[in-house]
Amino acid sequence: MASTEIVHAHAAPQGFIRKYVFSLDHKVIGLQYYFLALIAVFVGMGLSLLMRIHLIWPTASLPIFGDIKPETYLMFVTMHGTIMVFFVLTTAPQGGFGNYFLPIQIGAPDMAFPTLNMLSFWTTFVAFVVLIAAFFVGAPLHGWTGYAPLSAVPSSGPGEGLGADLWITSIALFCAASLMGALNFITTTLDMRAKGMSMMRMPLTCWAWFITAILGLLAFGVLAAGGILLLMDRNLGTSFFVPGGLNFTGQTSFPPGGFSPSTDLVKHNGGSPLLWQHLFWFFGHPEVYIAIVPGMGVASQLLSTFSRKPIFGYRAMVYAMLAIGILGFVVWGHHMFMSGMSPYSAFAFSIMTMAIGVPSAIKTFNWIGTIYKGRVRFHTPMLFAIGFVSLFVSGGLSGPFLAQPVLDIPLHDTAYVPGHFHLIMGVAAIFGIFAATYYWFPKMFGHMMNETLGRWHFFITLVGTYSIFMPMHYLGMAGQPRRYSQLTEVAYLHPLIPLNRFMTYAAIVTIAGQFIFLFNLFWSMAKGRKAADNPWEATTLEWTTATPPPHDNFGGRTPVVNHGPYEYSVPGAPRDYVMQNDPATAPVH
Amino acid sequence: MGLALLAIIWLITFLSTYFFVAKTWWLPVGASAAAPWIDHQFALTYVLMGIVFVAAQGSLGLFVWQYRDRGSASQVHYSHGNTTLEALWTVLTGVLFIGLNLMGSSVWASERFEPAGPGAVPVEASGLQFAWYFRYPGADGKYGRTKPELVDASAGGEAAVGLDTGDAASKDDVVSGTMYLPVNREVDLALRAQDVIHSLFIPAMRFKQDAVPGLIIHMHFKPIQTGDYEIACAELCGLGHYKMHGMLKVVSQEEFDKWLASKEAEKQ
Repeated sequence: MASTEIVHAHAAPQGFIRKYVFSLDHKVIGLQYYFLALIAVFVGMGLSLLMRIHLIWPTASLPIFGDIKPETYLMFVTMHGTIMVFFVLTTAPQGGFGNYFLPIQIGAPDMAFPTLNMLSFWTTFVAFVVLIAAFFVGAPLHGWTGYAPLSAVPSSGPGEGLGADLWITSIALFCAASLMGALNFITTTLDMRAKGMSMMRMPLTCWAWFITAILGLLAFGVLAAGGILLLMDRNLGTSFFVPGGLNFTGQTSFPPGGFSPSTDLVKHNGGSPLLWQHLFWFFGHPEVYIAIVPGMGVASQLLSTFSRKPIFGYRAMVYAMLAIGILGFVVWGHHMFMSGMSPYSAFAFSIMTMAIGVPSAIKTFNWIGTIYKGRVRFHTPMLFAIGFVSLFVSGGLSGPFLAQPVLDIPLHDTAYVPGHFHLIMGVAAIFGIFAATYYWFPKMFGHMMNETLGRWHFFITLVGTYSIFMPMHYLGMAGQPRRYSQLTEVAYLHPLIPLNRFMTYAAIVTIAGQFIFLFNLFWSMAKGRKAADNPWEATTLEWTTATPPPHDNFGGRTPVVNHGPYEYSVPGAPRDYVMQNDPATAPVH
Repeated sequence: MGLALLAIIWLITFLSTYFFVAKTWWLPVGASAAAPWIDHQFALTYVLMGIVFVAAQGSLGLFVWQYRDRGSASQVHYSHGNTTLEALWTVLTGVLFIGLNLMGSSVWASERFEPAGPGAVPVEASGLQFAWYFRYPGADGKYGRTKPELVDASAGGEAAVGLDTGDAASKDDVVSGTMYLPVNREVDLALRAQDVIHSLFIPAMRFKQDAVPGLIIHMHFKPIQTGDYEIACAELCGLGHYKMHGMLKVVSQEEFDKWLASKEAEKQ
């Protein structure tokens, strides 16, 4: 805490490049992350639309891509997943809002390492460019999980050559960027809190970003290692993930010149395909919490603010997030129940996974308990926070099915799984991002977003996403496997096509609804009603400073914190909220 | 706005639950010995999760409407929580989730902890881009040697699995693109993959297992109903993943023996 003045030695830059491009200001970097995620989410969403259209009109030509071959569809699958998980769900909540608001909410003038922060963003940006480049050389078809040997042997299919190398390189770069970001978030949270901002007075958003950073620090290093080993298997002749004796004659249409055992028989020996899965999911499971935990923080913050009531069980919320984070590292094997892993370890992973349901349930109860006997104001950010809770419940409760190995026998790798994870780590996390956008937009841009458009956006998105992803559970139960580019080849899938058609229509409407948001976002920046410094009558420190905040966040002041983060409707207080830096003479809790 | 939210959340809850209860889309009819046990655990989980689902969504919808801001008429109950309640629901969900898990674990154990019993029919399933082949070891009960360099998928049959005809044990091996099994007898299934990971998925048998290159994975199940059942690939294996399917024909023991004998005769 003592070193804040030294750290923030850099003065406000004047030139365009230093101010908006290679900026050291966490607020500018936060916006850079946010707009990168915004571009990424529209690319990822566009790919999902192409997939949904191809599934129900398999012979139709699509814009840009023309006739869709099976490998083109799988390229959409890979790129959609990779873009969404890394460049949207990891980038926006943590890199975007975390960067912008963590320092302000704890009363710091900037992040602990501004240069590292800048480097972290630009590495993420390069990673994104490298990933998009894969489109132009033929993107890989191995899905975002990149299971070896499919991902490790170039002759396993189209896109598994240079495209796969670019894909892995992009992920390795992203890992490096995330490690830099994680170090910065952890140091900032531990060292740069204002006077009086004890850990247990931090807003739950800060706790969420802090815990997410720890998860990132421990998880991304493992993925980076796995990615580098995979690159070596592909290019340097090592055999970490590829066993001996593989033969790819099955490809009738690939490679173009036909297969020849003398040259194409894979020259590997002794590798283990399961090793990749262990490394990948050791990262991959914490990753889903990296995507959702910031949303939990935002939901907590908003439910309390707009219910005008303290958060129900602040300590329990903190401990629940910590428990989710810790347990998140010992459950990766639940992705591998059908992989050939020991059935005994499946049993252990299953128990741990069910245990995660407990802190998740605590959070849900406490969110509902926060609304109970409150005074709910229905501003758009609150609508999305309520939607978050609903989606978290729906997506969460399909978890205990998948967590039981015996139920995983019928459900694993069916549409049930994307139904589950889209609701909880896709749509719920996106609702967290939307809630955060509507909530903090006034502080970031000095204008209010339009409420009418916001409500339309909310209802279309809520009903639309439920209409897309709830049916996926039914399809999965009926046995529709994931990642099928057509449903015409397997007879028992034919009766499922009408439901798939309904989902595609729902997707078209939902995606159209997102343009309402896009319009609202940019229109409001210019034309939105001018925002006051504290339009939501909220309590945390970002609402005590100017709108938008000055370069050093508090205009030369250093805030002193006297209260907890969610003091609403305090009996005897002059107004229905006590801000964190209000004088200690106000009723204290 | 509170009423609109209540209506939408309740409607979503009702419709989601309705299609589960009505079983409009459901697990296919089970035809293996384990299916009733797996389905029972599924139904149990579904009922318990369904209760939590309806209760949570119902109260969320109700509270946002009931406690909407009605100006000075609204009284906020200033509270930081209730430790007793929190402890109560922590314990309850803990018991519910862990208990549910333990109830299902005996089925898992019977499926996966023990190998196939004596007298099981040995069958080897080989996955390759993009087909399944099934091998029966013949009278000697031994699978003949296979060699990757002999594999020629386009030739199909024995060549597709790379059978080394020079090996004595391979003389009576039968390779088929369709899986034949006698009813009411356990199958001792050995899973292999020749190129990438595949996953043998037979929905009606409640069976799924990845076939992993470099590993031979033994699994077992017992069909209890004659009929034709589709086999799909459940692990992304490349561009033809969607059309990598096969057929399981469960027949009487006599028909099975007859089929196997005719395949042996064809071979000679």
